[in-house]
Amino acid sequence: MSKYTIKVNGVSKTVDVSADTPLLWVLRDHLHLVGTKFGCGIGQCGSCTVHIDGVPTRACLTPINDVGIRKVTTIEGLAFKGNHPLQQAWQELDVPQCGYCQAGQIMTAAALLKKSPHPTDQEIDTALAGNLCRCGTYLRIRAGIHRAVELAEQAMV
Amino acid sequence: MSIEMPVNPARRSFLRHSALAGGGLVLGFYFNAANSAGHKVAKPGDAAETAFRPNAFINIDHNGTVTLISKQPEIGQGIKTSLPMVIAEELEVDWQDVVIVQGDLDPAYGSQSAGGSRSTPTNYEEFHRLGATARTMLIQAAARIWKLPVEELLARNSAVHHLPSGKQLSYAKLAATAAKLPVPPASAVRLKNPLDFQLLGTRIGGVDNPGIVTGKPLFGIDVQLPGLLYATYAKSPAFAGKVVSANLDEIKALPGVRDTFIIEGTSNLKGLLPGVAIIADSTWAAFSARKRLKVVWDEGKVTTQSWAGFTSKAQELSKQPGAEVLRNDGNVTQALADAAKTIEAAYSYPFISHASIEPQNATAWYKDGSIEIWAPTQNPEAGQKIVTEILGIAKDKIILHITRSGGGFGRRLIPDYIAEVAAIARKVSGPVKLTWTHEDDLQHDQYRAGGFHFLRGGLDSTGKLTAWHNHFVTFSHNVVKDGKSSLELGSGANLSGDEFPGRWISNCLIEQTPLECGIPMGPWRAPRSNVLAWVFHSFIDELAHAAGRDPLGFRLELLGNKGFLPGTGEKGIPYDVNRMKHVLHDVAEKADWGKKNFPRGQGQGIAFHFSHRGYIAQVAEVSVSKDGKLKVDKVVVSTDIGAQIVNLSGAENQVQGSVVDGLGALMFQELTIDKGRIVQSNFGEYPMLRIADAPTKIEVHFLKTDFPVTGLGEPALPPLAPAVCNAIFAATGIRVRRLPLLRTDLSWS
Ligand code: FES
Ligand code: FES
Repeated sequence: MSKYTIKVNGVSKTVDVSADTPLLWVLRDHLHLVGTKFGCGIGQCGSCTVHIDGVPTRACLTPINDVGIRKVTTIEGLAFKGNHPLQQAWQELDVPQCGYCQAGQIMTAAALLKKSPHPTDQEIDTALAGNLCRCGTYLRIRAGIHRAVELAEQAMV
Repeated sequence: MSIEMPVNPARRSFLRHSALAGGGLVLGFYFNAANSAGHKVAKPGDAAETAFRPNAFINIDHNGTVTLISKQPEIGQGIKTSLPMVIAEELEVDWQDVVIVQGDLDPAYGSQSAGGSRSTPTNYEEFHRLGATARTMLIQAAARIWKLPVEELLARNSAVHHLPSGKQLSYAKLAATAAKLPVPPASAVRLKNPLDFQLLGTRIGGVDNPGIVTGKPLFGIDVQLPGLLYATYAKSPAFAGKVVSANLDEIKALPGVRDTFIIEGTSNLKGLLPGVAIIADSTWAAFSARKRLKVVWDEGKVTTQSWAGFTSKAQELSKQPGAEVLRNDGNVTQALADAAKTIEAAYSYPFISHASIEPQNATAWYKDGSIEIWAPTQNPEAGQKIVTEILGIAKDKIILHITRSGGGFGRRLIPDYIAEVAAIARKVSGPVKLTWTHEDDLQHDQYRAGGFHFLRGGLDSTGKLTAWHNHFVTFSHNVVKDGKSSLELGSGANLSGDEFPGRWISNCLIEQTPLECGIPMGPWRAPRSNVLAWVFHSFIDELAHAAGRDPLGFRLELLGNKGFLPGTGEKGIPYDVNRMKHVLHDVAEKADWGKKNFPRGQGQGIAFHFSHRGYIAQVAEVSVSKDGKLKVDKVVVSTDIGAQIVNLSGAENQVQGSVVDGLGALMFQELTIDKGRIVQSNFGEYPMLRIADAPTKIEVHFLKTDFPVTGLGEPALPPLAPAVCNAIFAATGIRVRRLPLLRTDLSWS
């Protein structure tokens, strides 16, 4: 066991865990930030997606040891008031069914929109290829991202 | 950290009230140590006593907050939003004034199992009455205060109005008076005219959406309690194997491990199987220790079982008469001999997993002969029952909190993981959360059973279907009851002789032979129907093409003009032929059936199915590239689920989800059984449908009919697979007779 200090959603947090503990379990069990979900634990489902220095990353495959001073953003810290355009669009279009995958979908989509503010369906399909939705909300996810683009534009004018 | 912690103490006591009255069980705290007040029974003079609580589901307090209880578990089917909408409609409250709280398991709420798409049909009428009764009492309260006749008053927007004088009183102000009134008899309560509905049939977002998109703790796996310990449970890879020995001393010495022990368990595949529990300070410490666990298992006889073995046995059996005759009309042998044309085909499908993304998990706290459980479950009653069996704890000493489930699909109807957490909690001091790995989930599911159908059909010279013979080889468990053992069909592995086209063909023989297996089987979204529709509508399509007929026209002729068909015998299934023809005509029209000219490699397919009280028809449009890559371009769905869609947004989401789910199972899902265990272990080896494979477009049409309102969690799934496979045939001439699709080469030239 060792002490690690990581920066999560702008706040420094210190935990005492083994070096191989995945960031996922540090967030969930130690910091009680449970928005980041455990699905497969092997990088196949995307439900544990967080941003590390803005890059969408599988928290289940990221040992705490590797995080270092890089900035971690989770769904809880995506927008201060929970009003990121994707979060608004998701509610407006009622995207979720069970909702379990949606934090991961939103985090992946948020990174996509940073890189490509007007993604095509094809770009969306490529960027979100790693995020499973067992309930099959894929069509609303596509629509939700397009709606978020509109909302972001409206917010700019 | 809290899960749906109600903010106002009055509401909290209301929530706890009935559970406490029933069991008197008070355990420490609920999610948050600071909120132990949540367990106090409301005393006279408490705010709760001035609140209006006409029944177990409605609470209106003096601030005007309307709290509605959602009694059914929410697994993604949207019931936590839709059933309270029914109350809100009749109660005439503004939806934004409503707070919805998930009810714990409580006899006051009646049945709380969410399965079989039954939650809507079994509660719809009653929920109208609940809301209307409360509205009637609020009007009576206003009449009493104003000394006016009730006939002159009306309720609207969370207030009672007297239009002639313009007076109004909000529900907040009426609550205390209404609380003192007797509940009126049903005869004195008038339900709203559906033409006046303002909320039902509109698009309402899921009530938990704000929490979902911001990462709030909503799911079973998110439960957090002070002093919580974390558990993992290792079971025999070969089903129901027993523990001979394990390196417990070594495990106990590992970092973060608090304890480890063997649980003897039982042979009940739906209950507590034998295994080794590891209890640790964190989930990761438990999972890490599990990797070092070495168990010697007594695997038993199940190790002789394999999918390859089942397949060759099924082939052999197909040549013999079936063990049981499910239907025998006319004379199939003669009719086949007389037929102008006969077609023969064998269809098969594998075992598949539910593979929800939230793995099975549950949290439990055993204390002084009582237990408090938090579980993502579709069937809290079954959870409670298994705990009473295993721990010998009376029902009233079990508090069961129903959390949101990260997907259900039938998996969480089976309480095996609740049995495990209870057995573990019994030996741990303080609360403990059991989390399965996804490997546990895939290798210890209650699987959708595989099956084999050996079919023969006969056509007369006019292309009419005159004979149908099916020998169904399916799976069963050897069940010992009162010292006698017998074969019992697996859950979802059965077939009714009434199933379409059973009752429609004059010469029809349906036989069944069960294979014995030790593999757990359970309900998987639209049990039976999810495969039967594929088999029967694919074979009917084969026959239509063999007859040189239009697949739609062939089906309409087959359905005939019989109107309503009663079920055969007690377990038979009544069937309204007119409703089915209605959706079939509708879907054909909306999809421009037969009107499009497709190039080779593209085509349309049609299918329909009746299940879970719903009549559904679908047309799929597909493109298959020369190298065999499938893309579903469009699916058109027409549904008849009765007189009222409750929540249009939720209903559409269910249908689209059913289509995508059906497509995922069709394209990819397959488990291999070898040596009595599942070979695949995680999503990597068990591919699931990803976004790029989702249909480009799914069009959903709801027919409004005069029939009772029914559920939509399942019935839109079964027709998808045959519609797509029939479209593949139209596009390529390739007939898919084995699932999943990736087993069939779809390339063409
Ligand atoms: S839990 Fe990390 S990708 Fe599935
Ligand atoms: S909404 Fe259930 S897994 Fe995506």
